[in-house]
Amino acid sequence: MGEFFTIRSKGDQFSLQFHKRSLYILISLMLVTFIVFLISLSAGSSYIPLGAVFQELIGESEHAFVLNELRMPRVVMGFLVGAGLGVSGLILQGMIRNPLGSPDIVGVTGGASVGAVLFIVFLLGEMSVNWLPLASIMGAAVTTAIIYLLSWKNGVTPMRLILIGIGISALTNAIVTMFMVSSESAIASKVYLWLTGSLYGANWQEVTILLPIILTLIFISIFFTGVVDVKQLGDDVATGMGVRVQLFRFLLLALSVALAGAAVSFAGGIAFVGLIAPHIARLILHNSFANLVVGSALIGSLIVMGADIIARTAFLPSDIPAGVFTAGIGAPFFIYLLYRNRKVMSE
Amino acid sequence: MSKFIINRHFKWTILLGIIVIFLTAGFLSIAIGKTSIPLSTVWDAFIHYDPSSTNQVIIRTSRITRTLIAMTVGASLSIAGALMQALTRNPLASPDIFGVNAGALFFIVAAATFFSVESLSGYMWIGFVGAGVAGTIVYLLGSMGEDGLSPIRIVLAGAAISALFISFTQGMLVLDEQRMQSVLFWLSGSVAGRELDILLPVLPFLLGAIVLSFFIGKPLNILMSGDDVAKNLGQNTGLLKLVIGITIVFLAGGSVAVAGSIGFIGLVVPHIVKGITGPNYQWIIPISGLCGATLLLGADIAARLIIAPQEMPIGVMTALFGTPFFIYIARKGVKKSG
Repeated sequence: MGEFFTIRSKGDQFSLQFHKRSLYILISLMLVTFIVFLISLSAGSSYIPLGAVFQELIGESEHAFVLNELRMPRVVMGFLVGAGLGVSGLILQGMIRNPLGSPDIVGVTGGASVGAVLFIVFLLGEMSVNWLPLASIMGAAVTTAIIYLLSWKNGVTPMRLILIGIGISALTNAIVTMFMVSSESAIASKVYLWLTGSLYGANWQEVTILLPIILTLIFISIFFTGVVDVKQLGDDVATGMGVRVQLFRFLLLALSVALAGAAVSFAGGIAFVGLIAPHIARLILHNSFANLVVGSALIGSLIVMGADIIARTAFLPSDIPAGVFTAGIGAPFFIYLLYRNRKVMSE
Repeated sequence: MSKFIINRHFKWTILLGIIVIFLTAGFLSIAIGKTSIPLSTVWDAFIHYDPSSTNQVIIRTSRITRTLIAMTVGASLSIAGALMQALTRNPLASPDIFGVNAGALFFIVAAATFFSVESLSGYMWIGFVGAGVAGTIVYLLGSMGEDGLSPIRIVLAGAAISALFISFTQGMLVLDEQRMQSVLFWLSGSVAGRELDILLPVLPFLLGAIVLSFFIGKPLNILMSGDDVAKNLGQNTGLLKLVIGITIVFLAGGSVAVAGSIGFIGLVVPHIVKGITGPNYQWIIPISGLCGATLLLGADIAARLIIAPQEMPIGVMTALFGTPFFIYIARKGVKKSG
């Protein structure tokens, strides 16, 4: 029993079990995330020494404007987006039991884009930007429902789901282009900026909208721990142990969709994060869902923050969308997965 | 399959019907647009050209070019799709799903950004190379399983390769905003606003490949009865596959060089045609070309009308009608024909 330690509530109604080695890894991941966070603040078009960054975090410094108004919201946004996509991908991969599941491949992100673009084109003048995440979550939800229904043919097979997701992604792209072309050019350029999947121009208003949504959703995901760990034994066992499989499957899917939708709402589709983060998490952490949720969130945010550091600094003075670099790592990784799972894929 | 074995007479009737629709679409494509031009003027522009008539000048300078490009690209993409579906025995194979469009696009933009290639013929050759590279990668990735080419694996690999190339292309365009203006029209996938100069250097390759594909039909029929059967009948299957591969690269790469990335035509048309002609590639290939040209003309006319006076990119139109088709095939099951 030395491998685990457990937190219990009074009367054992609720308990969380932690794998000790994983706990150390998670703590190290948090440290690394913090370090990358600091580096993100210091790197950019003007270099600010780490000492000055510290000073700013404690009190005042001469770089207050750059740090507080420009870099901090952008870095926090990167953290939130990465965390959201990472957990969303983790749940999705577990749900459809396929290592290739990822919100951007299955078409969830595409649906979120349609929701967000419709909002920007038709409602942004009349409604506050606070509602943008809701619009994009709804877009993601509707699209996921459509994909799920279309994949249904005596049940849903993962491969059919992914295949139809790819098809629907093409359709959502076309719809987005359609609205972009047919709206006024000022709105069109706003949409285009949003679409490129960049953290450029993130501000505190957006961060304060997104922060509670993402953290709440991730927190809820951790509470599904018990259910998911039992479910990994298979539907029959789970039913036998009293888990209402269909209900929880639906709730988990809803969580995954909401996370992806929220993450996309301000930063646009940052590709492949939802694919890679859960794989790395499973590689280095003990296979319990609570560990994996926290791990995927941290790794996802590390990937996005890291990609954004490169995007901001590698080609100065240009600011390249972070999505370019996540795709640069993600697509080869996807192909590697395709290669490694070649027997599964032929089914 | 017996219902497809219809008599030659009936086939010729259908062929005649398609040609009539094709010609009508061609005339409409010249007549319809921002300024609608009466069909009689269209006729006159060909027969008695009068340079003082604005309408006739519009026809001669812009509409004809546009119509020619839509025809050529539609035919090329459809034939490329038919050949790819045969070669990979995958009903979902088509240039855009194979990542061929994205590959050609990426190579063209990279050449323009990093190596300052600016000539049209330069773009064209680089487009061919890009199409070949992307297509080969996806083909190899799709065939690495134990059971040979798996349809689903090809689609997934194609999606990944496309995502990679497209995001790199976007990155390069952000890097170099001035270049972006000159390269942007390849991105959007459109047949509008192109000069005849863009089509002319590519046209011989496209037409050559189309003509070559007509001769591929007969040996392809033999190949489709199985590699072993074909070999026993004395066919050099390796050489045939190589020729088909090169034809596909010229057709798809050339189309991207002229019109950018236009999806789903190569997927949809061969399926419809196979439904009419049955599994005979001597018929499938030329009729695919004709139907593809007609369909892209139709899509282009719709793109001009749907939000007039603005224009919809033609790639949007093809995606709108192509996706339901893709889903239909995906639901029907891609395994069986493997």
